[in-house]
Order: sequence, then structure tokens, then C-alpha cells
Amino acid sequence: MNTTLLATAIMAGLGVFFGIGLAVAYRFLRVEEDPRLDIVEEMLPGSNCGACGEAGCRAFSEKLVDGALKPSNCTVSSEEAIGDIAAFLGVDAGSQEKRVARLHCAGGLGQAHQIAEYEGFETCLAAHLVGGGGKGCTWGCLGLADCMKACTFDAIHMNDQRLPVVDVAQCTACGDCVDVCPRDLFEILPLTHNLIVQCSAPLEGDEARAVCSVACDACGRCAQDAAPNLIRMESNLPVVDYSAGGPASQVATQRCPTGAIQWVEREQFVSQKTVPLTGVRLD
Amino acid sequence: MSLQVMGKTFRHGVHPEEHKEQTEQLPIQRMPFADRFVLPLSQHLGAPCKPAVNVGQRVQRGQVVGEPGGFVSMTLHSPVTGRVAAIGPRRHPNGSLVPCIEIEADPYSTQEIATSPAVDWESLSLDDFILHVQKAGLVGMGGAAFPTHVKYKLPEGRRCQRLLINGCECEPYLTCDHRVMVEYAQAVVRGTQIVATKLGADSATIGVELNKPDAMLALDAAIPAGTNIRVASLKVKYPQGAEKMLIKALFGEEVPAGKLPLDLNIVVNNVGTMLSLADYFDHGKPLIERVLTVAGPGIDRPANLMVPVGTPVRDVMRHCGLNEETRQVVMGGPMMGQPLASLDVPVLKGTSGLLAFTDESISHAEEYACVRCGQCLEACGNFLNPSRMARLARAGRWEEMENAHVADCVECGACTYTCPSGVPIVHLIRAAKAAIRQGKAKAS
Repeated sequence: MNTTLLATAIMAGLGVFFGIGLAVAYRFLRVEEDPRLDIVEEMLPGSNCGACGEAGCRAFSEKLVDGALKPSNCTVSSEEAIGDIAAFLGVDAGSQEKRVARLHCAGGLGQAHQIAEYEGFETCLAAHLVGGGGKGCTWGCLGLADCMKACTFDAIHMNDQRLPVVDVAQCTACGDCVDVCPRDLFEILPLTHNLIVQCSAPLEGDEARAVCSVACDACGRCAQDAAPNLIRMESNLPVVDYSAGGPASQVATQRCPTGAIQWVEREQFVSQKTVPLTGVRLD
Repeated sequence: MSLQVMGKTFRHGVHPEEHKEQTEQLPIQRMPFADRFVLPLSQHLGAPCKPAVNVGQRVQRGQVVGEPGGFVSMTLHSPVTGRVAAIGPRRHPNGSLVPCIEIEADPYSTQEIATSPAVDWESLSLDDFILHVQKAGLVGMGGAAFPTHVKYKLPEGRRCQRLLINGCECEPYLTCDHRVMVEYAQAVVRGTQIVATKLGADSATIGVELNKPDAMLALDAAIPAGTNIRVASLKVKYPQGAEKMLIKALFGEEVPAGKLPLDLNIVVNNVGTMLSLADYFDHGKPLIERVLTVAGPGIDRPANLMVPVGTPVRDVMRHCGLNEETRQVVMGGPMMGQPLASLDVPVLKGTSGLLAFTDESISHAEEYACVRCGQCLEACGNFLNPSRMARLARAGRWEEMENAHVADCVECGACTYTCPSGVPIVHLIRAAKAAIRQGKAKAS
């Protein structure tokens, strides 16, 4: 018999055999998937940012359809989109407190001492390894924008002092900037937490002021002036604990000698005056 | 005659210009005591030590000022007679502010060392010997500052069959180990003998590169008859001073990835460490000073100096004449050293050199795309693929880098040195390693 014909016949036979197998499998082994899943996933932003705590938008829509999570757990979607999903699924939209990334440093150019020039691979992580990036403060923002590059939502922009300003409207609190910062300066906080400690240097007194003009010098006045238990001092830095006391008010910031604790309602660093450098340098 | 001239070496590596002629013939000198000394509590790998003095207390040169904070930690001694001025954050050569003990020197003191009597090492048990090495504050003086006594704590099932003393000094410019071997050959051999005896080593080898013939002759002459110490010569190549390369060169054996020389029953020490060890056991003098090379085009009077640990770099630079064109000061060698962000940082136990570079001596090569020429693969003594590592690092693909054995990179810089496109390969790898560490810290 002709080899070509034989080969063709075998291939065709195999095709028919596996075709029947698949048809049988489709008939008896198919898994019913909730048709709403695809629709809900379509309604979500599709950025897979992980801010909801799930592995991505598909995983989140599974939880939504199951009723384990509320539509408002998605911090990226607009209010209308959340309302649409809630209406579609016939569930309560829930309410989610708006949270944003806040930077615990205000020592930009002109505030923090720059003791040397860094020349090299321009990322914060790389600069951090070479003599601390030339910045006098070991804890402060290096200003090379690793967070800006990591942000999926274009919410972080460097200002003219080389500090990252988080656009409150754009920020979805996904936490990518928190992970990428080599100095651990970002924290995700509710927008209603207005008292922000803009310093991470565990130094006190002259040592702190020698490093940066807006450093916390651990005087403790904010802790005294705030409502009882709201602010406590921990390793020379104030820690604002909204669960322990309150209410928070601007009074806590008023006697701060360096402006290290600020009352922030929207973006950070916007209304802040540039404080000239004072204090004796350590170097 | 136990001197063997054979010139062994390892495969791969690079040949940077040596630049050693500036200082290799200059005898070791002392410099005047500085006004203040800064001792970081952490100048070794491992746990920082705990201060054992209070502010205002008077201390004598050689007195204990810091107790070890664990097994992988060291005793810290005062390098000077004076007064403890402060205990607080001061700048470390790595740029960060770390807890330090600051000591104000007493300008009228005779600076006698508070030595304990010589230690009768022969009667010590191995555990007591290890305790003494820790008490002497000894760390690896080649640069990494790994606590020496930890190397002597042999795990179950391992023994020190071969002791290897590293006198390669393959970094350009540096000549401090060279001068130590020439001028303190007796003490180096003595230290080697003490360690070899206590660890029960079958043989001890001092590896010296062929560009230091005077050191080889001096060591050879100092070796007493009837001992199993020998001097082995090595071809000049970088990074031969990396312990895994040295073992490969001398014994032809490879330390497996992720393992230590001890897994081949080998203990490696630096010649400077042997000198300090002999000083402690023979004269009771702890590690309070070390020899370092001050050189480079930005230095007017290059020198090999015996410098007390904790001396501010600024004082050393003033002593040797830092000229105005200097743009960069590097602590350590030019290949692996750390550029300093400030001159107000102290000399550490692991500081082997201070090099000043002018603008034209620093490479400002523009970076081009990798041309896949493979020169970095030829350079890497650990047979890694640096070009691929650099690309993965730029893309942030840490996991693939871990699979490609990034942990075996010793950051010697041979790949960056040889790269015709000026890719900062080692910097990228170091950043990647830091990101991997950070990722692990955040995950746990």
C-alpha cells in the first residue's frame, strides 16, 4: 500500500479517535463555571495589582461571586464601577476606607545633608549600597524614584526636591511602593489619618538636626500635646496609634520644632515650607 | 629549603595594572596619634559588640571597651589611652550612622599598651584557644573582617587538614600584606605555627604571588627547620586572593557551590591576621592597630602605615597629603573597595588600604549595550555568567538569578573590569543580592 495513504489514514484515524474522546470528556466531565465570573472580571479594572489581598482580578471575582468579599474591597475601581458590580451581583457594595501610601521622610534636597555625590546605576537600591548613596541620613529618602517606577497607577511623581509625592486620587494602596523602597519609608494609611510623622531617623537632639533640618529630634512635644495615648515615643520617633487614643487634632503638630510631624489632608509636601539648613554637621 | 617556585594559578581571572611600585619598597611607618578615635561596635561580620565602658571613663591603650555580643562577635579594645567622649551614632565607612564608642586621646599619655602577659598557648585546649582568639579581637584582615575564631570552631566531622595562609594581595595598589611579610616574616611564621599546632594541621602553606619575591625569601628564611610550613608561589592574577580561587590554584580542588573551604578540611587566614595573632600570644597585645597602604594618584606622600584602629580617615589623609584634585577616596582595594561618602569615618580592623583617585584616574566610561563578547565569562573565576546576571538584574528577575547561582559571586569585579561596554555588572549583581536579601527579610 502506498506509504502516503497509510500515514494519512493513521493520522485521520487518530484524529477521529481523540475527537471522540474529547467529545465524551466534554459531555461527562465538564465543570459548570458560574457565568457571572467572566462578566464580573470584565467589570474589574484588570490591573492585577493585588491591593485587595487576592492573587489578581480573576481570584478577586471568584471571591466576589462566592460572597466572601465585597465589591468595595477593590480599591482601584471607581465608585460607579463598584456600584455596577454590586447591582449586577445583587449584593451590598460595602464601604472601604480610602487608604493611601504615605512617606515617612521629608528630607529632600535642601533639607537633608548631602555629604557626597553618587555616580552610578540610578536606582535607590543600588545607591543605598554605595556609601549610603551620599546622603547624610541613613534612613531618609534617596530620591532616585524606585517607587515612581514601581507604581502601576502613575500615582507617584518626584517633586523638585526629589521626594515622591503620592497623588491621593490615583493611589490605590496596592503596596508596590512599600515593597520596593530599600529604606522602608512607605506605609499604607487611611486617608483620615492626618497626623503623619515625616521622619524615620532614630536620632535625638543635635544629632538628628545635624543630619536633616526636618528630622524628628525626639523632643516628645507632639506626644504631650496630643490626646492621651494617641502618640507615643518609640526609639526616638513618635508613633501615632489611632486605635489607642484620640481624637487627633492639629494641636499635636503646632509645637514641633522641625516640622517632622505634619497634618496632611491630601498630598504630602505640598503646603510645606522649605526650612533652611541649620545645625552643626557631623561630617 | 622549602621554597617552591612553581607559579600555580587558577583558570580565568584578569590582570589589572598593578600600581604597586608606589609603595612596595616603603617600610612600614607609624603615624602620630589622632585627637579622637571612633570605634564602631560592628566592624566585623556578625553580631555587634556591647559597650563595656561608660561615657567619661578613662581607658588605657589595649583595654577592653566592648564585649562580644554573641559567638560570632568580637572583643573590642581601645586603640589609645584617653577618655570615652561619647557612645552614640557616628558615621561608618559604609555611609550609615551606627553606634560607636568615641575616645578622646590623652595628648600627654605615654601610650603604653595595657598588655596582659604572653599567653601560654601550648597548654591551652582548643576551646580555650578559640576563646583567646576572640578575646584578642582578631578578624580576617584581608578586608571581609570575618571573626577569626569562628573559622577555628570546626564543626563535627571536619578537621583542619591543611592550613592556608593568604599572602596573595592581588588587589592593585595595596602593599600592606607585602610589607608585613617582608618586615614581620618571623611573626607571620610564628602565628602560622601556633594556628597549625592548635588545629592539628598536617601542613601549612603560605601562598604568595610571584611579584613579591622578597616576601617569599623573607618568609622562607623565617621558617624554622623541621616544620611543615612551606611557601608556595603563585602566578600574578586577580582575584587569586579570594579563598576559593587560592585553594583551586594551590591544591587544584574546587570548593563546591555554597560550601566553605572547611568542607575540604582547609582553613584559610590572611598574613596580617597571623601577625596580629602572634602579637597576642607572644606579647599579649590585642588587635588595636593594623598596617594599611595609603596610595593612589591623589596622595602626595604614599605610605605603608601602622594605624591604630579607629583613627579617622581624615587624619590619615592629612598625614599623607591628600591633594586637591582628589575626587574619590576608596577604602580597600580599587577592585573591591568601598568608596567613602565622608572622610570622617574611622579606619576599621578590616581596612587594608585608603586610595585617593583624581578625576582622570576614575573611569567615566559611558555605558553601551552588552555586545555578548563573553569576556566577562572568561574573567569570572567562579565560572558564572556575569553578562546574563546583569541582564536579569536590570529586569528584576531575582529568582532566575538565584537559580543561576548569584550567591556564589564573590563580587571581585573582574567582569566589570574587563567589560568593553562599561556595564556596571558587579554593581547590578550587588543590588540584586540586596534585593533578594530584602525580599527574604520581608517575606519572613
